[in-house]
Amino acid sequence: MTDGVGAAFAPWNSHVAMLTAVLAGFVLAMLAPWVNAAARRATGTVLALGPLGMFIYFASLIGPISQGERIVASFGWATELGVNLSFHLDGLSLIFALLITGIGTLIVFYAGAYLEGHRDRGRFYLWLLAFLASMLGLVLADNVISLFIFWELTSITSYFLIGFDHHREKARKSALQALLVTGTGGLALLAGLILVGVTSGKWEISALLTDPAAMDAMREHALFLPIIVLLLLGAFTKSAQFPFHFWLPNAMEAPTPVSAYLHSSTMVKAGVYLMARFSPVMSGSQEWMAALVIFGGATMVIGAYLAVRQVYLKRILAYSTVSALGVLTFLLGLKAAGGTKDAAQSELALYAAKAFAVFLLAHALYKATLFLVAGTITHETGEKDVRKLGGMWRAMPITMVAAVLAALSMAGFPPFFGFISKEYLFEATLKEPGWGVLLTAAAVLSGVLFVVVSCLVAIKPFFGAKTETPQHPHEAPMPMWFGPAALGVAGLAFGLLPGLVGEPLMSPLVTALMGAPELVNVELISIFNIHFNIALMLGGIVLAVGVVLFLLHNRISRMIEPFDTLNRIGPERWYDAGLAALTWFAAAQTRVLQSGYLRVYLRITIFTAVGLLVFAMLRLENLPLLPDAPEGGWATLLYDDLYKLIAAVLILVGTYGAVHSRSRLAAIASLGIVGYGVALIYLLYGAPDLAITQFLVETLTVILFVFVFYHLPESPRFSGMATRIRDLIAAVTAGAMMTLLVLLAMNVQLRESISGYFIARSVPDGHGRNIVNVILVDFRAMDTLGEITVLAVSAAGVLALLRLRPKLLPISRRRAS
Amino acid sequence: MRSIILRSATRYLFPIIMLFSIFLLLRGHDEPGGGFIGGLLAATAFVLYAVAYDVSAARTMLRLDVHVFIGTGLLAASLAGIIGIIAGEPFLASQWGTIYIPGLGDMKLGTPLLFDIGVYLVVIGITLMIIFALAEEE
Repeated sequence: MTDGVGAAFAPWNSHVAMLTAVLAGFVLAMLAPWVNAAARRATGTVLALGPLGMFIYFASLIGPISQGERIVASFGWATELGVNLSFHLDGLSLIFALLITGIGTLIVFYAGAYLEGHRDRGRFYLWLLAFLASMLGLVLADNVISLFIFWELTSITSYFLIGFDHHREKARKSALQALLVTGTGGLALLAGLILVGVTSGKWEISALLTDPAAMDAMREHALFLPIIVLLLLGAFTKSAQFPFHFWLPNAMEAPTPVSAYLHSSTMVKAGVYLMARFSPVMSGSQEWMAALVIFGGATMVIGAYLAVRQVYLKRILAYSTVSALGVLTFLLGLKAAGGTKDAAQSELALYAAKAFAVFLLAHALYKATLFLVAGTITHETGEKDVRKLGGMWRAMPITMVAAVLAALSMAGFPPFFGFISKEYLFEATLKEPGWGVLLTAAAVLSGVLFVVVSCLVAIKPFFGAKTETPQHPHEAPMPMWFGPAALGVAGLAFGLLPGLVGEPLMSPLVTALMGAPELVNVELISIFNIHFNIALMLGGIVLAVGVVLFLLHNRISRMIEPFDTLNRIGPERWYDAGLAALTWFAAAQTRVLQSGYLRVYLRITIFTAVGLLVFAMLRLENLPLLPDAPEGGWATLLYDDLYKLIAAVLILVGTYGAVHSRSRLAAIASLGIVGYGVALIYLLYGAPDLAITQFLVETLTVILFVFVFYHLPESPRFSGMATRIRDLIAAVTAGAMMTLLVLLAMNVQLRESISGYFIARSVPDGHGRNIVNVILVDFRAMDTLGEITVLAVSAAGVLALLRLRPKLLPISRRRAS
Repeated sequence: MRSIILRSATRYLFPIIMLFSIFLLLRGHDEPGGGFIGGLLAATAFVLYAVAYDVSAARTMLRLDVHVFIGTGLLAASLAGIIGIIAGEPFLASQWGTIYIPGLGDMKLGTPLLFDIGVYLVVIGITLMIIFALAEEE
């Protein structure tokens, strides 16, 4: 099924192609374990063909997208609820799709060699490819609910990838932490996305962003601020913004290809993607702008500072990724600050958008490279502490070249692509009229720290005095240097020839960020056409100071070491304390509510129900406690409803017997009489179905009781006087409440009854005269299906309790007759 | 509870109760009855058999394992829903047709009957699963 909008944008076959591109990843993931078993050493190569195919497909769409086209493909899902499986490709989705499939190809290729001989490599590929497909779905999703589903899928696959080495406690704990933090944010996001749909009336993002009336409706709605808060909670947790950043460094427990892929170039950018996606509609909102600039700026500086305080390769890179995510958020904030009001501001917006676009690509290229290089170094040397690494260039020359190319791009040396991104970043902060100086200072500070980080991870291990390492290092196998080398070279090539990416990728990306109706043409600066200005000067200062700081790194580290105690009050402590409090609360309330004594459960249930009922009744006005007397006075009941009275007496006699009998069997039989009496009343009031059911259930219950009580010891009277009084109170309260409720129910009509509808529609729609049955198997069949499923599950539970019970206590086998 | 009288009576009562339960199942759409009631009644027939003889005899009488009843029942009920989807309507939307039975004339048949048969089987399965397990407790 297609909707009209989709069909107007794209022919049917491109619909199917888009759907195939997303779903193929999931299919490939399911096949991965078999491929791994069959292809052995070639697994990485074989599986990499999948993402490579997708990359080629998306690359073939660069042409139309760079001409300003958008491709929409929609498949009906639950259309009445506004839920569709729909995809939307514009400049923003395209660059993400290319990064996901392109870097994905190299990672899949790399991981084959990295995990060569690992017992669970098949499982690894299963989750990695499932992640790839989820991430692709996320950035292509047009419908907000589809987006959320793919969003959650990336959280779940990330959980399994971080916890890949699940025999280590640290890995399990980190995986759970990442899942809890991003999952909590995901819940907020769901609420936010639903509010977006409700307030704007548009459930397709592309439809929202092309409809100014819908955007205004959302912006002027009273719930606009909650929408911002909820969306940002989702984005900030996913993209590790301060104070939710702590899960990301811990996620480094994952195998390195995962860190390189999920936790630097793709998944953690999902939050950034979300903010960028909603950027056009949020521009001009002061709250949005302030939140992004403040949190993004703080994350940028704090992340970079924490990065240089680490000693393990991957942790250094992880914190620098946190910082980079801060930069992206910060730039989106600056872009929003621009708004569209006057020329100077829209120039700021344009510069921020350009800086965002270039930095997004530059960071993905160099950070994936550095992670892969870090993985290779640790894989070859067995060492991950950067202080104990040095002089490896002779052993691993190709890896060294890749690392240096990436590091130079990260530091922002000309002519690398990172240099261009740094220029745009400073240009953008300098253009900010109000806080420009402060923002520029923050950007410069993090820029300096970036230089230190890049030297730490890419210069320190390869140069200087050669160190002894646990393993004797060799150059890594080809799949492990091919990816880093390719990405590193790309960083240099794009820097030398910015035209390669400027018009095809950056123009449509900036257009999407600005939400511009016409294609914004982006001509990137390069070393060949740059003019001397403040931004260029700042770039030079950053490089010089950064290199000096790196050379003095050891001395400065010792100086600032005391500040590390600040970690003790950092957000990770809040997380730990929150988790501990939650577990404590769960344990405490379980102790109180789930004591294991049936009588306690009964009491809690009865008093809770009574309490709620009393609360509900107090809210009703003029409680009619007694029904109106029937015509002819109460005495008419005696001879008109004689049968009902007999049934009532029967029930009372049964109750008395059940309570006072000294024999269990007699008590059970008396209870049966009560049940039959109730069934009789149903029958007298003309509900034969209910009556038959009651009779049967009552019979089976008596049999069940007999089987259970058969095992219990004799002497049914255990309880003392005090216990009996307490039980009496519970029983009388429950009974009195029920009586009151029944009396009320006869007189109060809260809602219009639906029975009329069922009576009228039963024969024409349901083809049946028994309304009860028609409701059960037709009108409300979904409820019935749910009920029988629950019944089946509980029966399995009963069976498990009976059969799997540890045989510790011998049950008395005396007869209870 | 090894009573000759009960055993002899059960031998005659069992088929009658079973027939009656199927009767209740089939007429349920128009008259009091239906899958739930029919299933409970069929379960009582087997419980009666288990009381008169023993549980293993009742299990033999059942021929299939109780969980097969539950699974088949859930499957039948879901299938009734999926037929709705195949017909291009929402899940569980009822579909009706008439078939001609020689001697009886036209008869209405619809997915609600399949659904009800599913309920019937599930109810037999879970009731017996629990009662048999309790009765076999040592």
